[in-house]
Amino acid sequence: MEEFVITQKANPHIDPGLAIWGWEVPVYLFLGGLAAGLLLLGAVSVLRAETDRPAAQRLLGLVTPILGIGMGALFLDLEHKLHVWRFYTAFQVTAPMSWGSWILLFAVPVNLLLALGTAGNAFGPGFRAFADRLPALAPLEAWAIARRRPLAWLSVAIAVAVGIYTGILLSAYGARPFWNSAILGPLFLTSGVSAAAAALQLAARTHGERLPFERLDVGLLVIELLLMGLLVVTLVSGPLQAQRAADLVLGGPMTVYFWVFVVGLGVLLPLSLETFQLRGYRLPVFVAPAFVLMGSLVFRFFIVEAGQVTTWIAY
Amino acid sequence: MKTRRYAIVIDTLRCIGCADCVVACKTENEVPEGYCRDWITEATTGTFPELHTEYRSERCNHCSNPPCVHACPTGASFVADGSNVTLVDPELCTGCKSCIAACPYDARFVLPEGYVSKCTFCMHRVEVGLDPACVSACPTRCMAFGDCNDPDSEVSRLLRTRTWKVIAPEAGTEPNVYYLT
Ligand code: SF4
Ligand code: SF4
Repeated sequence: MEEFVITQKANPHIDPGLAIWGWEVPVYLFLGGLAAGLLLLGAVSVLRAETDRPAAQRLLGLVTPILGIGMGALFLDLEHKLHVWRFYTAFQVTAPMSWGSWILLFAVPVNLLLALGTAGNAFGPGFRAFADRLPALAPLEAWAIARRRPLAWLSVAIAVAVGIYTGILLSAYGARPFWNSAILGPLFLTSGVSAAAAALQLAARTHGERLPFERLDVGLLVIELLLMGLLVVTLVSGPLQAQRAADLVLGGPMTVYFWVFVVGLGVLLPLSLETFQLRGYRLPVFVAPAFVLMGSLVFRFFIVEAGQVTTWIAY
Repeated sequence: MKTRRYAIVIDTLRCIGCADCVVACKTENEVPEGYCRDWITEATTGTFPELHTEYRSERCNHCSNPPCVHACPTGASFVADGSNVTLVDPELCTGCKSCIAACPYDARFVLPEGYVSKCTFCMHRVEVGLDPACVSACPTRCMAFGDCNDPDSEVSRLLRTRTWKVIAPEAGTEPNVYYLT
């Protein structure tokens, strides 16, 4: 048995356990993932030259506002807000947070140009009437329309980078065993695209428009489930600190949080609902997507918390 | 310039856990109330009546492979030129807390002013030839400070002649605070 008494150390938010990141970071990671997913699916819709006001192209206009709100949350988390511009006076190749700040900076103009280039297709006459009142927009729109495909390919790359980055941001912290797994990158990307597929189900106007996103989401939720399982397996089969981190969800204090709220209500329930819907059962269409979106958010809250309570030192 | 690997070597057989080092640091570095850059850990092992207690004065390990510096997006956390000492430049710090998440030793914290702070190995004293405040203040003389790359330094001698350990070496950061056992 080993017992520790630590005198004189009670730094706020550090002791007795790390609590440096509250709601702001999970909200940012969720919105970042959702925006990445919407950008990806919107760009794919452009590459497939879908017409007739497809939902994926309509929601391209939401990507930048969602990113903006997410970055606003991150800004609220900064302890030295006046220095926020310091992110852009350096590029630190070893710091995922630095990569993220710069990628997000590129994501905004690329998304705006792609959204502008597809707005005519996405919103039809409604957008035309709006654009006609802003003649200054016309040359830019013409430019974006002419370069729709390269912009879409660029968007695919940026969306994947943002989606993976939200996971790598945490997995790069070797000091926090629950985060320190490369699976977080693909897991966050999958979860982000799944959230976007859920949002698109909500935005779809017809059953026919909703169906592909329902199918896609079922596939993504299955992959997410597998990746979550793999995350636990890699921790269990890892060194002692990783095993201790796994204990957190295998009988430890976050067991119910993980298995009931993240896996059960966030993945398994919407997966079953969507499967039933695909087999022809009629359910209110917003229920499954709402669970997916909630699950995606709760998953971020869970991970951010779980990493902070796991550590290398035994006290 | 020759690279120095500064280290503190602490004799756990002499340390009595009086926390004078903690007080000395707070005074020297004007650490605000409620915060600390160094602290005492009392580790008791065994089952009564067969117990063993070890006192350790702990602080930032000025790791040779510092994840805090690697994780900082702005360059505010940096390794001082010519040594292993990790420092924070308040002018560059955004208070994003990435470095705090990256440190396996929980050695960092955010000051009320909004930037990150931690032990500096009292570089302002070392530069003028003094020991860090904690080392100077210790009434049992259980701490030694010096350059491990200098084979004649007291720290090098102690590490050659005594058994020692570092905390959580498996975290892979190559810490430079040593404990003689
Ligand atoms: S102990 Fe922590 S803060 Fe100090 S150098 Fe090592 S990782 Fe950085
Ligand atoms: S809190 Fe400051 S020193 Fe730490 S990583 Fe962020 S910018 Fe760098």
